Amino acid sequence: MRNNLLCAFGLAIAFLASGCSDSKTNKRLPHIGNHSTTEKVVDGKTVIDTNYYQVPEFRFLNQDSVYISSADFADKIYITNFFFTHCPSICPTMQRNLLQVYEKYKDDNRVAFLSHSIDFKYDSPSVLKSYADKLGVTNQQWQFVTGEKKDIYGIADHYYVYTKEDESAPGGYDHQGYLVLIDGQRHIRGAYDGTNDEQVKQLFEDLAILLEENK
Amino acid sequence: MINRAHTLSIISILFSVLMIVFSCQPNVSIETAQYAVNGQKLYVTHCQNCHGAKGEGLGNLYPPLTDTNFLNQNRDKLACIVKNGLSGSIEVSGKIYDTEMPGIPELTPVDIAYILTYVTTSFGNSTTTYTQEEVKKSLGECL
Repeated sequence: MRNNLLCAFGLAIAFLASGCSDSKTNKRLPHIGNHSTTEKVVDGKTVIDTNYYQVPEFRFLNQDSVYISSADFADKIYITNFFFTHCPSICPTMQRNLLQVYEKYKDDNRVAFLSHSIDFKYDSPSVLKSYADKLGVTNQQWQFVTGEKKDIYGIADHYYVYTKEDESAPGGYDHQGYLVLIDGQRHIRGAYDGTNDEQVKQLFEDLAILLEENK
Repeated sequence: MINRAHTLSIISILFSVLMIVFSCQPNVSIETAQYAVNGQKLYVTHCQNCHGAKGEGLGNLYPPLTDTNFLNQNRDKLACIVKNGLSGSIEVSGKIYDTEMPGIPELTPVDIAYILTYVTTSFGNSTTTYTQEEVKKSLGECL
């Protein structure tokens, strides 16, 4: 009797497991943030469109002292984060992990990277340029930007990443180490703790899924 | 006679246990191994973000801690670097690094001994403990 039960239990687990792997092949990533709907009339019929949450347009100064904007990321998948160059805590780990993604997708024009400095006092374009060089970034695919405090901290809110000037935090700024995955329409499709190896692995998987979706 | 056989078997069991323990770390004493275990915890907290889990460093920003020549030649300066940080440029593994390193002044000599034992035995080729006495002597001669 007991063996039968065990056997049934094992079968159930096997079914569940195979169910998971089946759904994985055509998996789609969620759209993160509040959705709204609009009704419109097409050929006399009422149609409801879903409007996914979209990160607003932006314009920042990059490591070459050139303004870049959201238009430069149009139709590209990009991964974005918030850091500062002399950050002694989570940034090096987060950037080390993002560097792995960059190296895998280097020269793949479908993918871009955008790191915002939250230290608007110290991280001038030349400081960002030197940092990018030393990190091992050799092309324009990964942009490092600075801007007015309200603009940088404002856009962080729109990516749902917490950033704050805080004298008691290591280096003077408190922030989260999320790597945020954005699709070509500036919809948020995933957020991963850049200091957690498991979540970084998930980012690699999800990025591949998102690239399939855009085919 | 039975007692003697009994004692012999206990001794032989103990001996084989010790053999197993020592065969894992053939050249490292138990004290060194203990220092390294304590040092690893402190390393994860204070050093790993920049220098990496395997001491690999990061690009040209943060130097690797795997250059055995650097570790051996600068063994007497390591305690000061950990406690007071480092500025200016240094050459490690044939590359120049000039990112300023913050010090960790709150570390005690024994903490520094733990960290340096971990670094010099796990990433370098040292097989001996970086002792508290060595740390205290080095700290007395910081630049």
